[in-house]
Amino acid sequence: MKKDYHDIPGTYVFDIEQAQKGYALNKFCETLNRAEGREQFLNNEAAYLDTFDMSEAQKDAIKKRDINKLLELGGNIYYVFKIAAVLGHSMQSAGGMQAVPRMSEAEFRQMMIDGGRPIEGNRSKKENENG
Amino acid sequence: MAKIIGGIGTSHIPTVGHVMDSGTMVGDYWEPFINGIQPARQWIKKNKPDVCIVVYNDHGSNFSLKDVIPFGIGMADKFLPADEGYGRRNVPTCYGHQALSAHIAESLIFDEFDIVMSNELDVDHGLTVPLSILYDQPSEWPCKVIPLYVGVVQYPQPTGNRCYNLGKAIRKAVDSFPEDITVAILGTGGLSHQLQGPRAGLINQDYDQKWLTGLVNDPLTTKDISHTELIRETGSEGIEAIMWLVMRGAMDDKVNEVYRFMHAPVSNTNYSLIILENQNKGGK
Repeated sequence: MKKDYHDIPGTYVFDIEQAQKGYALNKFCETLNRAEGREQFLNNEAAYLDTFDMSEAQKDAIKKRDINKLLELGGNIYYVFKIAAVLGHSMQSAGGMQAVPRMSEAEFRQMMIDGGRPIEGNRSKKENENG
Repeated sequence: MAKIIGGIGTSHIPTVGHVMDSGTMVGDYWEPFINGIQPARQWIKKNKPDVCIVVYNDHGSNFSLKDVIPFGIGMADKFLPADEGYGRRNVPTCYGHQALSAHIAESLIFDEFDIVMSNELDVDHGLTVPLSILYDQPSEWPCKVIPLYVGVVQYPQPTGNRCYNLGKAIRKAVDSFPEDITVAILGTGGLSHQLQGPRAGLINQDYDQKWLTGLVNDPLTTKDISHTELIRETGSEGIEAIMWLVMRGAMDDKVNEVYRFMHAPVSNTNYSLIILENQNKGGK
């Protein structure tokens, strides 16, 4: 269903529809809160992922470390970030991984120091189209 | 009787916890933040609340998406720091105030807020970072802590109006608690930040300043701002600001803004801090 927040650019609002789509994916991420989950993920990723009821597309996006794809497929950032954290990424590094085009951690950090991503031009898809 | 002596709003950025815990909060990057939070540390040292009610959200640490909970309260006598994916934070255990949390829970239910009661609850950075900001690195937290969590992970989050009215109901509960104790209420999270998607890194300080001024002087308008406007203007995670409305609801209609500090960036956020006191300090 089309919602008013779908007009916000570059943003995946984690709504009920997304939560339903991403349930198994987020459930996997939640296991990374425990040392045994982290160990299994780091030592035998593919086999561990197969123990969850995820789609092939979701597993493939994890394999590719494609955060935006994971969000599109129902991942929630607080949960998906746990994958990045286990792999040693900071939140700024994860921010850079999601930027289009991709940015390094240093570039993302510098963008934040320079005031962050501005609201102008990032408020509304419709506004952007109409100039 | 118990009395609310102040309301504090603060962002609850996990990086602040990591950096404080590892002793690396030094240098130009951190200096404005360190200086900016000192008045809050002085305020809490001077006012010494017996209990802090911390309104925060869990980030998939204690809770999963198995059950999505709008509002809940910690009922236990102690709360451990949660493992959020990199081990438990090395900060003191939070000790609860079970009589007050029981009283609040009961009062809320009779006020028709059917609150979830958690008898076991690990608290994540949403709760522990605000304590670190206020109390630095003590061996024990100097106050009892009551966690009051709000489900902000999944849209639609509770409305701003509902959060504000929850604050009013908490106030009523605290005011009717028979022990002579002082209580501070913390609204945490926000303000502008977006952690996800190609728009990650969004900061909108002008909006945050206006929103804060509205929170202080015109909460009745501010509480009715739509979720879509908050997400659009302050980022997908900026919606955490609804938790500041719980704090604001627990204060009098007329408050004094004792302190405001804003600094970007701290990690990926526009760090914001506010201290409110009731104008009528002697009154209820």
